Amino acid sequence: MSDARPGHPALQVRALNKSFGTFKVLTDIDLSVDQSEMVFVLGPSGSGKSTMLRCCNRLEEPDSGEILVGGAPLTGSGVNLNAMRQRIGMVFQSFNLYPHLTALGNVTLALRRVQKLPRETAEAAAREALDRVGLADRAGHHPAQLSGGQQQRVAIARALALRPEVMLFDEPTSALDPELVGDVLAVMRDVKAQGMTMLVVSHEMKFARDAADRVIFMDGGRIVEQGTPEQVFGAPREARTRAFLGRLHG
Amino acid sequence: MDAILAQFFNLEIMAKALPLVLKGLGVTLLICAVVIPLGLAGGLLAALGSVSRNRALRWASIGFVDFFRALPPLVLLIFIYAGLPFAGLRLSPFAAVTIAFFLNNSAYFAEILRAGLLSVPRGQGEAARSTGMSATQTLAWVTLPQAVRNVLPDLLSNAVEIVKLTSLASVVSLGEMLHAAGLVRSITYNASPLMLAAGLYLVLLWPLIRVIGRFERRIAS
Repeated sequence: MSDARPGHPALQVRALNKSFGTFKVLTDIDLSVDQSEMVFVLGPSGSGKSTMLRCCNRLEEPDSGEILVGGAPLTGSGVNLNAMRQRIGMVFQSFNLYPHLTALGNVTLALRRVQKLPRETAEAAAREALDRVGLADRAGHHPAQLSGGQQQRVAIARALALRPEVMLFDEPTSALDPELVGDVLAVMRDVKAQGMTMLVVSHEMKFARDAADRVIFMDGGRIVEQGTPEQVFGAPREARTRAFLGRLHG
Repeated sequence: MDAILAQFFNLEIMAKALPLVLKGLGVTLLICAVVIPLGLAGGLLAALGSVSRNRALRWASIGFVDFFRALPPLVLLIFIYAGLPFAGLRLSPFAAVTIAFFLNNSAYFAEILRAGLLSVPRGQGEAARSTGMSATQTLAWVTLPQAVRNVLPDLLSNAVEIVKLTSLASVVSLGEMLHAAGLVRSITYNASPLMLAAGLYLVLLWPLIRVIGRFERRIAS
């Protein structure tokens, strides 16, 4: 069952191209993610899926193309990038929590320094975000005192606290021990249930099948195929998709 | 044995030298109080330049650091104090010492801080920027605190070196501690004032060195 709102795009990518030196990483990517939609991006390593995701908050600078968030341009001259980035949450494979700050400090930093909230307001918002990921009781812990799964949930809270319109997940469970993956996926499922728009690069096929509204398969820097999980997993049209899925299950 | 005691550890002469040597200690501490913060600030700028994406800035910073690390600080000090007057710039001993040590220490602090900045994983800056923080905010709140923490023992070691470096100021007749002790020695023909100064350096620096050792062990563990 989809909560997505068709016709209300939260994130639009148009004719996106990106090269590293002479190596073409992304070719003419067109993608639109509706509000409250969860889109999964699959593909072999080197297919450009992480680069595509990182272009969506301009951690990678696109060579050409257009990206819109809630209808507002992210690319082009005169864009206030720091303001736009607050509308786009990002969760990284290696968590990237600030090791010198507590869980609470990690979540409050941008609230206080970017959004200029007073300490009490920022801490209240941070505790609420930590509570949403089930870690209200770990607010005073430093990252080194938390498990990998807990660290990633704090990272999700850090992004959630800024109340973004879209969240990008870059292989959020790849660095985790298998027994810790479930907690992070449960939080992602909960975030989706609250209506968040999510673009997820991940190899969690079962989760994609259960939770995604749409699955995109990328290879060689292009979108090869997309559709509902039933379509892409059950009856892939393209040979490359079949080969990729076959290798995973084989 | 008695001769050594009389020549190096003569308490009577030490007592007479003490007021002057303590005054010298005050000058030593004043030089440090000026030069260490200035050197840290200059070092931070040069370190940021040396990891900048701007090629001209990067090469200028690396050139500055290499040059002043290679140049003996004594030569630099004599050049600034005795050489610049020929170019029409006459500086007080204190100004000459401050400028020479600022240049020398900026280069050393820059090299330490550069290593610190490079020790912070790239993902840290990316995480901060992804939450809308500016480059300056990211440096101030995320990158620099971690960089400084990672190289804190080296920064403190360099500060200890600076305290000892101040003894070079005696060549331009700035009355820091070793200059004061040397003055008393030349009047009394007795080396005890130098031992007194050495003892004071030890009292001043030994606790600092212990603290550095503790930091090093904590970082290693």
